[in-house]
Amino acid sequence: MDMRLNLPGLPDFSFKNPILTASGTFGYGVEFAPYGDLTTLGGIVVKGLSLAPRAGNPMPRIAETPCGMLNAVGLQNSGVESFITEKLPKLPWRELPVIANIYACDPGEFAELTGVLAREQGIAAIEVNISCPNVKEGGILFGQDARQAARVTEAVKRMAGDKPVIIKLSPNVTDITTIAKAVEDAGADMLSCINTLSGMGVDIRTRKPLLANVIGGLSGPAIKPVALRCVWQVSRAVNIPVIGIGGIASAEDVLEFMLVGAHAVQVGTANFLRPDFSFRLVQEFEQLLQKMNITDLEEFRGSLKA
Amino acid sequence: MTNEQCTTLKVLDNVPFGQIAGEHLFFALRLERPTWKSWQPGQFVMVRPSGWALDMLWARPFSICRVSNRDLVLFFQAVGRGTRRMASLKSGDEVLVWGPLGNSFEMEPDTPTLLLAGGIGIAPFVGYVHTHPRPWNLHMEFGHRMPLNCYPYESINEKIMGDAHHEQKPEDLAAFIDCMDKRIEEFAGQNGLVLACGPTPFLRTVQQLSQKHNARCQLSLETRMACGVGACLGCVTKVSDDMQVNGVAAGRAQVCNHGPVFWAHQVNLSED
Ligand SMILES: Cc1cc2nc3c(=O)[nH]c(=O)nc-3n(C[C@H](O)[C@H](O)[C@H](O)COP(=O)(O)OP(=O)(O)OC[C@H]3O[C@@H](n4cnc5c(N)ncnc54)[C@H](O)[C@@H]3O)c2cc1C
Ligand SMILES: Cc1cc2nc3c(=O)[nH]c(=O)nc-3n(C[C@H](O)[C@H](O)[C@H](O)COP(=O)(O)O)c2cc1C
Ligand code: FES
Repeated sequence: MDMRLNLPGLPDFSFKNPILTASGTFGYGVEFAPYGDLTTLGGIVVKGLSLAPRAGNPMPRIAETPCGMLNAVGLQNSGVESFITEKLPKLPWRELPVIANIYACDPGEFAELTGVLAREQGIAAIEVNISCPNVKEGGILFGQDARQAARVTEAVKRMAGDKPVIIKLSPNVTDITTIAKAVEDAGADMLSCINTLSGMGVDIRTRKPLLANVIGGLSGPAIKPVALRCVWQVSRAVNIPVIGIGGIASAEDVLEFMLVGAHAVQVGTANFLRPDFSFRLVQEFEQLLQKMNITDLEEFRGSLKA
Repeated sequence: MTNEQCTTLKVLDNVPFGQIAGEHLFFALRLERPTWKSWQPGQFVMVRPSGWALDMLWARPFSICRVSNRDLVLFFQAVGRGTRRMASLKSGDEVLVWGPLGNSFEMEPDTPTLLLAGGIGIAPFVGYVHTHPRPWNLHMEFGHRMPLNCYPYESINEKIMGDAHHEQKPEDLAAFIDCMDKRIEEFAGQNGLVLACGPTPFLRTVQQLSQKHNARCQLSLETRMACGVGACLGCVTKVSDDMQVNGVAAGRAQVCNHGPVFWAHQVNLSED
């Protein structure tokens, strides 16, 4: 069946199916090419890019937890220039949307990064990770302050040209809808939700934290109920498309996110269950739609009887 | 989509080795033969039993011990959540396997080669010894804490010359290090090759000794892994500047796809 999704307000943009891969869990895509056909995916969101290369945090930087994992990778990446010259040409960007995920610590830097990416034909959209503390304003996370989140959105929009801008929301806030509405008003074209939940793990024998950084981001099936709640709240509060993220590990999970209002989803930690996970999920999702006799995804989306 | 690099394989058997206080900690896991075209000693596979539900998400990395035309053999020690569960795998159970992953140990058939193994670090050397065309050029020093019959040492010892060092008290460790010191000096003198696999403190010692004697030395590193394919950046190690030109940015390289084998002078094991 046709699983193509048209997105309201974005007539020139669509995903051929609703299953994308989440930033930081699918590398630059090429790592997974031996395990499936990248072009069958709805889209790829690449590892978070910064202006300059970043070494990330010390080891250990990942730990397994019940139904999830903690990570404090610290956005290690080789910088936006090296992505454009070395990684992007290896991706089949003519056949599927490649979305750049960006990370910076002040609005000017966000704008500069966006300027570089906006010139690239191979980039379909820009996803903005607003989880960095704004050092200048005392360390509050951009993603936790509506005014600052809006400022980042405006800065990125100004430089993005005709590329859609997706703002990735953090669940580590009291009211996620306030931030969602603020970035919508500031011009965001789409929202993705959610990023990892702040968490930690400890070892009673060594008396050490499981991560060198002590605190990290929790992801995986453990966070799915939180993610569903956020997507439900956000999709009712805004008029722009929402991409659901958080603990998706089956075709049923994809439908759950669509039921509460998501237009598309991103698969993160489940890519570590097996490297062909996302490729299989696209097929399993299509089979599930047939089994459940769902022929119109748009009609199903947001149809929760609550 | 079926892909030969990620396949479900049946367990043929899971044989316990040795016994400590009535419990088995070491197992030889024999799986159906995968359809790989080739593999090299030092490479590893990610293993995730099909029975694992979502409470444990990651597969676990294991060195490829041997591949024959009948089976794939892994050798593992039950140390934590995952490997303890793997201990109860039975014939007929299914496991998901992806690989072969990573790079491999140098093999220079005519070069005198010293194999240094610490504990379960002996696993990749089984394959190395059995696929080496001139095993008489190989020598092994094996340091272990558990009784010798817990490890696949016999299978190595029947092919090459080796010494096993049972560490039971602190002096034993000092004697083992002393022995490695002399051996590394000897092999360095013949422009030989030194290959090591074992826990990080052991590798750190080998690194220092090989630097002292200017030996050509490779280390196989162990870190926690989530993806095994270079994507999650959870398994990195600090690398020296000369690795950065090989497309590795910012001084840290993934052990899973830039390793697990590194030249001793390229990695910095002092931190992390
Ligand atoms: C390339 C490679 C090859 C390996 N080959 C073998 C092998 O042939 N045989 C074998 O028995 N083991 C091997 N290991 C180690 C094996 O992967 C770990 O023992 C295993 O992942 C532990 O899983 P667990 O769930 O039992 O432990 P957990 O409950 O996850 O952890 C228990 C303890 O083991 C440590 N640990 C967890 N994962 C690793 C890891 N990957 N490396 C080192 N320590 C770890 C944890 O920090 C913790 O202290 C290899 C590791 C690597 C990276
Ligand atoms: C190892 C790892 C690295 C991540 N790196 C990034 C990143 O660079 N940028 C970003 O916006 N999100 C990053 N994330 C968050 C994921 O994209 C996703 O939002 C989160 O993991 C929740 O989805 P999941 O439960 O399906 O994994 C990372 C997550 C993990 C597990
Ligand atoms: S295990 Fe994921 S990058 Fe190495």
